[in-house]
Amino acid sequence: MAAPHVYQTRAIVLRQSKIGEADRIVTIYTPELGKLKAIAKGACRPGSKLGGNVEPLTYSSMMLAKGRNLDIITQSQTIDAFLALRKDLWHMACGLYTLELVDSSTLENSENSPLFDLLLNALRWLCQSENDKTVVRYFELHLLHHLGYRPQLRRCVNCNSSLNPVINFFSYGQGGILCPHCNQKEPVPRPLSVDALKVLRLWQGCDYATASRVKMSSKLSSELKQVMQGYMRYLFQRELKSMAWLEELEKKSLVDNNYGTN
Amino acid sequence: MASIAEPIARLIAELNKLPGIGPKSAQRLTYYLLHTPDEEVKSLGDAILFLKEKVELCSVCFNITDRNPCPICQDKERDHSKICVVEKPSDIIPLERTGKYEGVYHVLHGTISPAQGIGPQELKVKELLYRLQDNSVAEVILATNPTIEGEATAMYLRQMIRPMGIHISRLARGLPFGSDLEYADDMTLAQALEGRQEF
Ligand SMILES: [Zn+2]
Ligand SMILES: [Zn+2]
Repeated sequence: MAAPHVYQTRAIVLRQSKIGEADRIVTIYTPELGKLKAIAKGACRPGSKLGGNVEPLTYSSMMLAKGRNLDIITQSQTIDAFLALRKDLWHMACGLYTLELVDSSTLENSENSPLFDLLLNALRWLCQSENDKTVVRYFELHLLHHLGYRPQLRRCVNCNSSLNPVINFFSYGQGGILCPHCNQKEPVPRPLSVDALKVLRLWQGCDYATASRVKMSSKLSSELKQVMQGYMRYLFQRELKSMAWLEELEKKSLVDNNYGTN
Repeated sequence: MASIAEPIARLIAELNKLPGIGPKSAQRLTYYLLHTPDEEVKSLGDAILFLKEKVELCSVCFNITDRNPCPICQDKERDHSKICVVEKPSDIIPLERTGKYEGVYHVLHGTISPAQGIGPQELKVKELLYRLQDNSVAEVILATNPTIEGEATAMYLRQMIRPMGIHISRLARGLPFGSDLEYADDMTLAQALEGRQEF
């Protein structure tokens, strides 16, 4: 059966780049079609009705027309522009990071509607929350789940024995926790504290509202960041560029400086 | 393309690389030039070569200029206590055309773009902060585009400049989100400049 010539979809704009004088190639993530690239004609001109509706970090309702190579966005109406994220450097950086993670971990035209819902929710949580680090970690953990890389946190991935409340180890290669005994063969040991394992287990099985109630020390928070980001670097075999930007903001203490003002 | 003479094919290919010029326009321009008198073609060629040879970045504001410092930076009539920060040299042209701005400029040569790995180090940010150090600047107007990257850049600059106690403003929202300063009409831009807001 021939595909319809014009179709409508909800979409989160992941990325865009300019082509030619004023056109843009827009990468969007949709519930039914997964990731796809489309053209927004004339989007850079101030008069354009498309302009702001095809910027990254917008959730829109779009009409697309089938094109020869890329489909063409003919209309776009913003449902949510996540304004709270645009007013704060750190929150915007967190939002852009979730977009880049989805963009670099998915293929075009492969549907994954739970992942779409997760991304949309994460952007909304970031808008409401001062608990931005929890949002980002929770998002990473559940993204891995929806991509089929859910880490095994209940039992040792090697010997299947139940884990004791001692320092265990995270194995990137085996995608889960190793007991101290099995870890002896690992070339690079990556210790994981009892608290970090507890938090990861809880988050893996609970909704965000519950996850956000966990209070973390900055030590625990940075341990979780290291283990999650290390695992993702290993899985995706690349550096995420917006991860570096988050690091830079943290280093310069430009985190959360004026959230809620202005 | 083997049927087309090599010099013609080459010029078509070169013109085709320019923004807004598709293969058909490139072809039309090439055949037009073929029938243009020699001296006119030579003058066009010289103008293109001169562009690269005679032009450099102003050592103060980083605008493109054939005199260093550029005429705007050298102009004593202008208000040097106001610096308008723009993304790229071509953004200065529409702002000048409004006739509403009497201060000077600073060109960043890009925007912070986390997803492309472009950070402040890749832009003329350090140079801007250096200009602000001698206490002669009273106001910085952030005129980066109203796009995600333009906003990120403006917010970053705000956080870096704020401790210096300099007044910071941002072009007013006459400009629709997602647009490019370069294509803004004069009226919209003049309004955005007059209505600039505390940032
Ligand atoms: Zn084991
Ligand atoms: Zn200058």
